[in-house]
Amino acid sequence: MFLTDYIRTVYKGVRSLLTGMKTTGYYFTHARKEIKTEEYPDNRATLTMFDRFKGEVVMPHDENNEHRCTGCQACEIACPNGTIKIITKQELQPDGKKKKAIDTFVYHLELCTMCNLCVVACPSDAIKMAQTFEHSVYDKKQLKKVLNNPGSKIMEGVE
Amino acid sequence: MNLLLTISFSSVASGIHNWLVSTIPNELLAKSVEMVIAGICLLLFLVPLCFILGYMERKVAGFMQMRYGPNRVGPYGSLQIVADTVKLVMKEGLTPTGSDKFLFNLAPVIMVVTCMLVLAPIAFAKDFQIWDINIGVLYVSAISSLAVIGILMAGWSSYNKYSLLGAMRSGAQIVSYELSVGLSLISIVILTGSLKMSDIVMSQETGWWIIRGHIPVIISFVIFVIASTAEINRAPFDLAEAEQELTAGFHTEYAGMKFAMFLLAEYINLFIVSAIAATLFLGGWMPFHIGHWQEFNHIMDFVPSSLWFLGKTFFIIFIIMQFRWTFPRLRVDQLLTLEWKYLLPISMVNTILVTVMAIMGWHF
Repeated sequence: MFLTDYIRTVYKGVRSLLTGMKTTGYYFTHARKEIKTEEYPDNRATLTMFDRFKGEVVMPHDENNEHRCTGCQACEIACPNGTIKIITKQELQPDGKKKKAIDTFVYHLELCTMCNLCVVACPSDAIKMAQTFEHSVYDKKQLKKVLNNPGSKIMEGVE
Repeated sequence: MNLLLTISFSSVASGIHNWLVSTIPNELLAKSVEMVIAGICLLLFLVPLCFILGYMERKVAGFMQMRYGPNRVGPYGSLQIVADTVKLVMKEGLTPTGSDKFLFNLAPVIMVVTCMLVLAPIAFAKDFQIWDINIGVLYVSAISSLAVIGILMAGWSSYNKYSLLGAMRSGAQIVSYELSVGLSLISIVILTGSLKMSDIVMSQETGWWIIRGHIPVIISFVIFVIASTAEINRAPFDLAEAEQELTAGFHTEYAGMKFAMFLLAEYINLFIVSAIAATLFLGGWMPFHIGHWQEFNHIMDFVPSSLWFLGKTFFIIFIIMQFRWTFPRLRVDQLLTLEWKYLLPISMVNTILVTVMAIMGWHF
């Protein structure tokens, strides 16, 4: 009884070790195919980040310089670090009514943790996460960004 | 071209020997000059070898972990080791205040000297051997166990708890694994009937022992590779260094060239262990021969014997490197369990098997 257990232990041990060696042997012999390293500064021109990578918050504008932000400030409330600061203004509509709109959308990249909560909170899909990552600058002030382009307007039909 | 083919290491060596004997009348002087030449040749062989092994280890590790390994310095990173050596030379050779200064500085020298001593009876090519002593295998196993003295000395004299713990562990480890190494060496000695390295290689003229001795020799080959990996303190048995627990174990306090000497000793030990495994089990410099197929054997003889030796040695080095980058590390108790409960009983039974096989002539 003891002897069969002993032999079984040795057999299982040897077998699992050989399985491991088979795996690493496969990686070694198929190195050209299996290597996952991105040689970053060399492949900078062709580098594409994966879809879910979160680099910074951006506000997409269309060709007429229009964005989708209504100035509801849901993102500002959702942000845990106070990264986003929205300054609103009252805009005169063609029908004479006043309507709330954004003046400046201030985004502090230096405070952002890329948690994606602002993008989730936005009811009109005005902001999204970009895949850029080369954020280093020499002056901290350059990290404070205004996301809406100068002279941009809200898109037709976004409430 | 014909002349080139006839030149071999043994003819060069005997040429130098004859020239020395004829030019220097004093026999003692001629012998000492020859020894110095042999030592210099050995050093000229070992330092590039360590460079190659260091580069090979990094590349093998990289490929097995799905990365490139060194690829910045020189073509394919081949000069990385040179850059590292320059860095180590530039560093300050610090001796800690509380340490035993004499032993602390002596330890790396002892490490290198012991592993250089083991190289003496190894046959690098046909009739090309520094010292064909008649108790070669015994000499190898006796001298290689001296390496633990260097480790203990380094650990004890460092005045550092990490170093001391690492040294103590390696003491327990080497004393235990010496047994399995010895028993697996004995199985080949039983089959050959000689401790002399040249006899062992010549006995494999009709086939390497791992083929001729089938199952028992394969078992003792596996045990030898495992136990000698433990003896040279390589991962997964790197409890003396134990980067994960003891920062660097016995060489925590070493820096600069003294550290480089430990590194040199580690790679020379790796080469020696592989060379001994290649000599005993895979036929050393003996080409691949099958029984009495004269034509086949003759074709195999065209490949130089030194290439056969280095090829087999590097094959075993590769396997030991693959061990390092595949297997998880062992705890101290697991290490001793593996030796005393598994390797030693198996190799004891295997020794009996080999003896019966040798007496009954059940090998090819």
